[in-house]
Amino acid sequence: MTLRVAILGSGNIGTDLLYKVARNPALTLVGMVGIDPASEGLARARAGGFAAGADGVERFLDDHPDLDLVFDATSAHAHAEHAPVLAARGLRCIDLTPAALGPAVVPDVNLDEHLEAPDVNLVTCGAQATVPIVAALSAAGRVAYAEVVSTVASRSAGPGTRSNIDEFTVATARSLETLGGSAAGKAIIILNPAEPPIVMRNTIYAELATLEEAAAAASVAEAVARVAAYVPGYRLAAEPLVADGMVTVFVEVEGAGDYLPTYAGNLDIMTSAAVRVAERYAERLATR
Amino acid sequence: MNQTATAPRVRLLDSTLRDGSHAIGHRYTPEQVELIAGGLDQAGMHAIGVGHGDGLGASSIQYMRSLHTDDELLSAARRAIRRARLAVTFQPGIGTKRQLERAAELGADLVRIATHCTEADIATQHIGLSRDLGMDVHGDLMMPHMTSPEKIAEQARIMVDAGATGVHIMDSAGALTMDDVKARLAAMLRELGGEAEAGIHAHQNLSLAVANTVVAIQEGATLADACLAGAGAGNCQMEALVAVLEQIGVPTGIDLWKLEDLADTMVRPIMRTPPTVDRTTLTQGFAGVPGSFLHHAARAAERFGVDARDILVEVGRRKSVAGQEDLLVEVAAGLAAKQRPVAG
Repeated sequence: MTLRVAILGSGNIGTDLLYKVARNPALTLVGMVGIDPASEGLARARAGGFAAGADGVERFLDDHPDLDLVFDATSAHAHAEHAPVLAARGLRCIDLTPAALGPAVVPDVNLDEHLEAPDVNLVTCGAQATVPIVAALSAAGRVAYAEVVSTVASRSAGPGTRSNIDEFTVATARSLETLGGSAAGKAIIILNPAEPPIVMRNTIYAELATLEEAAAAASVAEAVARVAAYVPGYRLAAEPLVADGMVTVFVEVEGAGDYLPTYAGNLDIMTSAAVRVAERYAERLATR
Repeated sequence: MNQTATAPRVRLLDSTLRDGSHAIGHRYTPEQVELIAGGLDQAGMHAIGVGHGDGLGASSIQYMRSLHTDDELLSAARRAIRRARLAVTFQPGIGTKRQLERAAELGADLVRIATHCTEADIATQHIGLSRDLGMDVHGDLMMPHMTSPEKIAEQARIMVDAGATGVHIMDSAGALTMDDVKARLAAMLRELGGEAEAGIHAHQNLSLAVANTVVAIQEGATLADACLAGAGAGNCQMEALVAVLEQIGVPTGIDLWKLEDLADTMVRPIMRTPPTVDRTTLTQGFAGVPGSFLHHAARAAERFGVDARDILVEVGRRKSVAGQEDLLVEVAAGLAAKQRPVAG
């Protein structure tokens, strides 16, 4: 069976998600809800033959009572309003905003941990790109401190990211500890205005209290391959460096170019993670 | 030397204990901070910036760890300052709300929120937050040579609308010439129309730091940053600036002799890398590239047998910004392939 899904939000993330959901065999896209009826996202939904709602989330849900799942790609503030509405209707939600109401999920790390949660949160693009590496190093040794630097093209950071950069930084840092297993975490985000825009890059520094070099390198390589299975443009930008108890890993994320061009890997890693979680829900229902 | 009797037309903000920490590897001790901040306060400085060179919360592997925490350094400065305003720097994406709250608790009066010159909108959240915490806010537009005067004016407007009472043109790469400064200041002042003050933060790469600061003040800037002994990434030298301003009849309210003594007895002896205009720093200003490129360019130059300066000029031409260090390797490889003769 496939899951019938809707997308809330017609911005960069919602519109990129539109393409990924539409071509996924495990999901059936019903439509998209936005605020501005003239938005490009809604126009693209209409052009694809999907419902495009601009009269509020409740109205859309009334019109489409057979949904199984909703992706929320609006804003943290809007998600806090949507969550009780969705819960009252028994609709599950995969939250791509920084609201962090439900448990945090990074597919490579804890995909199966919160399969029953009504609302799961995908943290940030920085967390999706770096937590798998930190978790892999935690499996190979004890990570005392993890610091990540995510650099994204200025053009790929929408108004939501720009006006909530504190939530981005704090949530990413916290996930390095809670999901990555590091004793302490720090996150830095850099918006790079270079033209032509640069592909999303992440540098992960991890200080390990105990470290077996070969095991660390192998562990990182395996994590990269696992993430690349659901985010095709995810790859090492250079070989990891190991020196003086510190591992430095360089990862870049090239997008599929569904909505924004391929430099916007930061969008793809969020939308690809969201689709991976939804697929897992569908797989589980199929085996019940 | 006595302080000038006339009311100051320009207010000087010292960055020795913030930007200057780059020159000592971010290893200021609370004792040094207390002595230098106390001396600056007595000399009549308007504001004294303190903390990691890259701002609150920047002590990290990426930006280098501080020997002492921002907490320790701010507390030390607060103990020593009587009249001046205690200032901190904050870069959205590096620091967080918690560090601003802590700075307010420790008695910071002024927060400088710094962004790349085209990214002012990422500062609105923290400008609002700092104001809510009762602190005054200035915006800093970094790498301003990379965009037009009109764009600078537009970005300054975003910061002022968010609550900044002043906006500084922060010439991080030391790449602006005097006409560049003049054009940016004029556009910004036209846009702000007296709603907020305009300021300058000049670097010495082209040996223009004092000249650029004077030009900015003559154009209408009322705020200027400088460092004792020109500490930092090669900053405008505070005591030289004060001397020049006195000579041209711009009152500063600062005791020049006290500043000179402080610079020579307290700051020069602890600088690990005294600022100098050498082929590296000069090329940085000439090419208009971030300081973080210098080391990478040297390595790529060695690997491909080309001149680091040719690499820097080429990446500057491509308007590269910090975070694009990998581009240096690509450019070096390209230069090597062309086998062009090394420029003198």
